[in-house]
Amino acid sequence: MINNTEILQTIEMINQQNLDIRTITMGICLLDCAHPDPHIACEQIYNKICEKAKNLVAVGEAIEREYGVPIVNKRVSVTPISLVAASSVTDDYVPFAKALDKAAKTCGINFIGGFSALVQKGYTESDRKLIKAIPEALASTDFVCSSVNIGSTKAGLNMDAVAEIGQVIKETARLTEEKDGFGCAKLVIFCNAVEDNPFMAGAFHGVGEGECVINVGISGPGVVHHALQEVKGQPFDVVAETIKKTAFRITRMGQLVAQEASNRLGVPFGIVDLSLAPTPAVGDSVARILEEMGIEVCGTHGTTAALALLNDAVKKGGVMASSHVGGLSGAFIPVSEDEGMIAAASSGVLTLEKLEVMTCVCSVGLDMIAVPGDTPAETISAIIADEAAIGMVNFKTTAVRIIPAPGKNVGDLIEFGGLLGSAPVMPVHPESSVDFIRRGGRIPAPMQSLKN
Amino acid sequence: MRAIVTVVGKDRVGIIAAVCSTLSEQNVNVMDISQTVLSDRFTMIMLVDISESLIPLADLATKLETRGSELGLDIRIQREDIFNAMHRI
Repeated sequence: MINNTEILQTIEMINQQNLDIRTITMGICLLDCAHPDPHIACEQIYNKICEKAKNLVAVGEAIEREYGVPIVNKRVSVTPISLVAASSVTDDYVPFAKALDKAAKTCGINFIGGFSALVQKGYTESDRKLIKAIPEALASTDFVCSSVNIGSTKAGLNMDAVAEIGQVIKETARLTEEKDGFGCAKLVIFCNAVEDNPFMAGAFHGVGEGECVINVGISGPGVVHHALQEVKGQPFDVVAETIKKTAFRITRMGQLVAQEASNRLGVPFGIVDLSLAPTPAVGDSVARILEEMGIEVCGTHGTTAALALLNDAVKKGGVMASSHVGGLSGAFIPVSEDEGMIAAASSGVLTLEKLEVMTCVCSVGLDMIAVPGDTPAETISAIIADEAAIGMVNFKTTAVRIIPAPGKNVGDLIEFGGLLGSAPVMPVHPESSVDFIRRGGRIPAPMQSLKN
Repeated sequence: MRAIVTVVGKDRVGIIAAVCSTLSEQNVNVMDISQTVLSDRFTMIMLVDISESLIPLADLATKLETRGSELGLDIRIQREDIFNAMHRI
């Protein structure tokens, strides 16, 4: 039998160290909902989501109760809508977003992801319509999340899309001006997007996936932080081992919950995502883990090495604990959603440049970054291009979720509340990238893609 | 199915009796108990069999929580699997 110390350790992790399951995400294929009449297509989308996900919240809550582990979010991801809507005779894709939103509300889920387009190599007509609809879709819905994949190691970077997305982000911020550009917090721009990501705002149900699947995202920065407090001053070998053991335990819990949810819902288990997902709560921060390793403030010299160690050790510990690992699986560093990152960015130690470097060694990119409202669209596009280049060359997923907060300047703090937290507005270079972005075309795929 | 009941809080008279009567009312069998009192802090861990329980585990958890708050204690019940998953390969 399990011993008392282990039982109390688990309870302490949940009670005091914010251990939780971040999300159970049900992936649903919507390809069979396509219809030439957009009204019928939307109705079929709504009906299918409500049918598949009707028990998701109840099952999540029951598991939460029986195991005594909080499951913070219950979410749905769907087939990229640019594929589902392609056969409908319409130029307006906003109703599709509204159908998703209505389904999310009916099912009682927290977010629904998949108002998405994959344009890494080129646009279809449908992709164009979807991207055009993003600002209004995000402004007129509550729970819909959107993503666009603008590059991959295999295809290179679609710089026409990068240029357009800069404008889309600005427009989204403008339409959600009264909420400090909140719409942009629901829009992720990817390079090498994955098909089984359970985390928002970038989740969609890829075409290589089955009809319906359960993916689980774990959390637990607080638990890792606490474990490291026990090995103060010891060499990195000990640090890495400690993180691995902790990650193993956290992931085993994720695996158990994933399998239980899969059995109860009668839906196949997909993957456990090994990402350490922080929250704005004190004691649930990735930045504080790095600081525990001996970095005075996250962002100073040594931060990238600390993050590289953390990211690797979490995977090594987690990979044996789960039968299928997938999604993004890497430490997240969303500025607004991490109490330590917010503090580091507010103090000016953590800059955009340092964050960009940090994303070379972890997932998932420049996440939840607020920049001044008057940042030109081309500068935003250039930030996306830089980040996508890192993903493309290093064969990894990178993303940008950036909020040009209308009317806000460096030093201001924008509040999103809840898990999305608050973001200090960070400075960007005033020098222009306009001529670079206006070139358009494609940046060719790198040599790394030619593996065959 | 087995579950673990943990009771943590300030020591007082009748904690075990209160928890055990709540469990027995619902036909839950206690299989093992261990308890310690360290500087007035009471900690009890029980292994219980809930397969014959009259009510679902979620409802039992609510009953125990309510009883706990009456007594100023933190009482929780969790399925045993979670501890095995986290601490055994």
